[in-house]
Amino acid sequence: MSLLDIQNLTVTFPTPRGPVNVVDGVSLALGQERLGIVGESGSGKSMTGRAILGLVRPPGKVRADRMLFEGQELQGLSDRAMRKIRGARISMVMQDPKFSLNPVMTVGRQIEEALRTHESLPRRALKARVVEMLDAVRIHDPERVMRLYPHEVSGGMGQRIMIAMMLIPRPRILIADEPTSALDVSVQGQVLDLIDELVRENGMGLMLVSHDLHLVGRYCDRVMVMNAGRVVETLDAKNLHAAQHPYTKGLLAAVPRMNETRDELPVLDRSKWAST
Amino acid sequence: MGFDMSAIHLKDLNIFYGDTQVVHDVTLDVAPGESFALVGESGSGKSTILKAIMGLAPDWTGTIEVDGKPRSHGPDRAFSRQCQMVFQDPYGSLHPRKTIDATLAEPLLIHGLKNRDARVVELLGEVGLDARFRFRFPHQLSGGQRQRVAIARALALEPKFLLLDEPTSALDVSIQAEILNLLKRLRKERGLTYLMVTHNLPVVAFMCDRLAVMRHGRIEEIASAEALKTGALATPYARELYRLSNPEETAEEQP
Repeated sequence: MSLLDIQNLTVTFPTPRGPVNVVDGVSLALGQERLGIVGESGSGKSMTGRAILGLVRPPGKVRADRMLFEGQELQGLSDRAMRKIRGARISMVMQDPKFSLNPVMTVGRQIEEALRTHESLPRRALKARVVEMLDAVRIHDPERVMRLYPHEVSGGMGQRIMIAMMLIPRPRILIADEPTSALDVSVQGQVLDLIDELVRENGMGLMLVSHDLHLVGRYCDRVMVMNAGRVVETLDAKNLHAAQHPYTKGLLAAVPRMNETRDELPVLDRSKWAST
Repeated sequence: MGFDMSAIHLKDLNIFYGDTQVVHDVTLDVAPGESFALVGESGSGKSTILKAIMGLAPDWTGTIEVDGKPRSHGPDRAFSRQCQMVFQDPYGSLHPRKTIDATLAEPLLIHGLKNRDARVVELLGEVGLDARFRFRFPHQLSGGQRQRVAIARALALEPKFLLLDEPTSALDVSIQAEILNLLKRLRKERGLTYLMVTHNLPVVAFMCDRLAVMRHGRIEEIASAEALKTGALATPYARELYRLSNPEETAEEQP
């Protein structure tokens, strides 16, 4: 059974010119695998992730023919029931640790809180789990780091702390929304390797949302390309370079290469697809 | 260096923010008409160098010469005619309550230039923006369109030098391609000199003739774009950046 089975997901927002489908009939299935969702700004890739977690705020509306998580329908769940899934069974790492960590709470307490919200454990066991988790995200002196505040840690360490916080309740699915775009290249690889390793070790499903086709191609098994709320094509990551759809090909070609010889970069003809 | 006079000449440049020194002994020369990149990670001091040249980071020692003339420490009106800057974030660098027309006319007004009306229309055309954008506000434009406006504003005084601070890192790849093509074309047409800050090495390979790799406020290495493209960088740190930026190709070389 797949972890996630979504059929015909639509997210609609009202605008002065009538309702707009920012996600428009997306279907996907996620097993114990790494699925990449790629697209440009406004393609609906982040909204897809948020809709799964029930994080689309009114006036936005989410509809789907089905949205099953381990066979359970997510639509129509009470807030209370949804809170038991969100964070505990499906969790999400966002782009910038600077904005997603609580600035007035120590790192240790935040990670602890993430666990305490979903499990009741004795104090000592709680602390042991936090230390173990920090160790798993390669923070070598967990005792010291636990006492730090978010402004005292670097971006890369902040993102590792976020990952620790998201994985400590042992979720089945991790949604990572641009987890490294706020980080330097030297740290990006480490953070992605870490996510990759933890996801494999724990037999989780990963949904990696990014604008970076090459990065997604490297870290995922399958890649889903989105444009204007629709899935343009889904392909195996290893076949990314053999993409068929002109939009995917256009995106791949528009990225400068290290051994660049082109005098001009090819530009997408936006008139062929919905303009963003 | 091999040229008679550098377009931009920095010698033993040290830049401070309060008691903290963020740039140490930077010496480099950019030739007239050259496109030169400063690359490095966050905190390496690359943007600070641009700010010091523009007079936005006034606490420095050493020499900054642009077009053979020593640069003072603060804003300088005559200098603004020669050298302009384009910032990273097109959402932050345009005044939200000024129309595109007002934004583009302002530098012309400050410098008492005539024919403002015609110049604004001309500027829009040069950066590939339709004239219908003229009386819109920044929030009515996309990120790529805003960055075109920021480039048009930088060109308004017909400078010879442009300082570009991560001009495309806030943009989608397809928009990045459009802006890079535009910058490349403008440089060719107008014989501009670029000093560009970026962390993206493939962008350097596309846009620049030479690059300086910076780390902790110092220059590690100055290399040609050819050396970058072939991976023939000399210092271990520069090679490491190259490897991290180019995982597909380098992965195959490792057993």
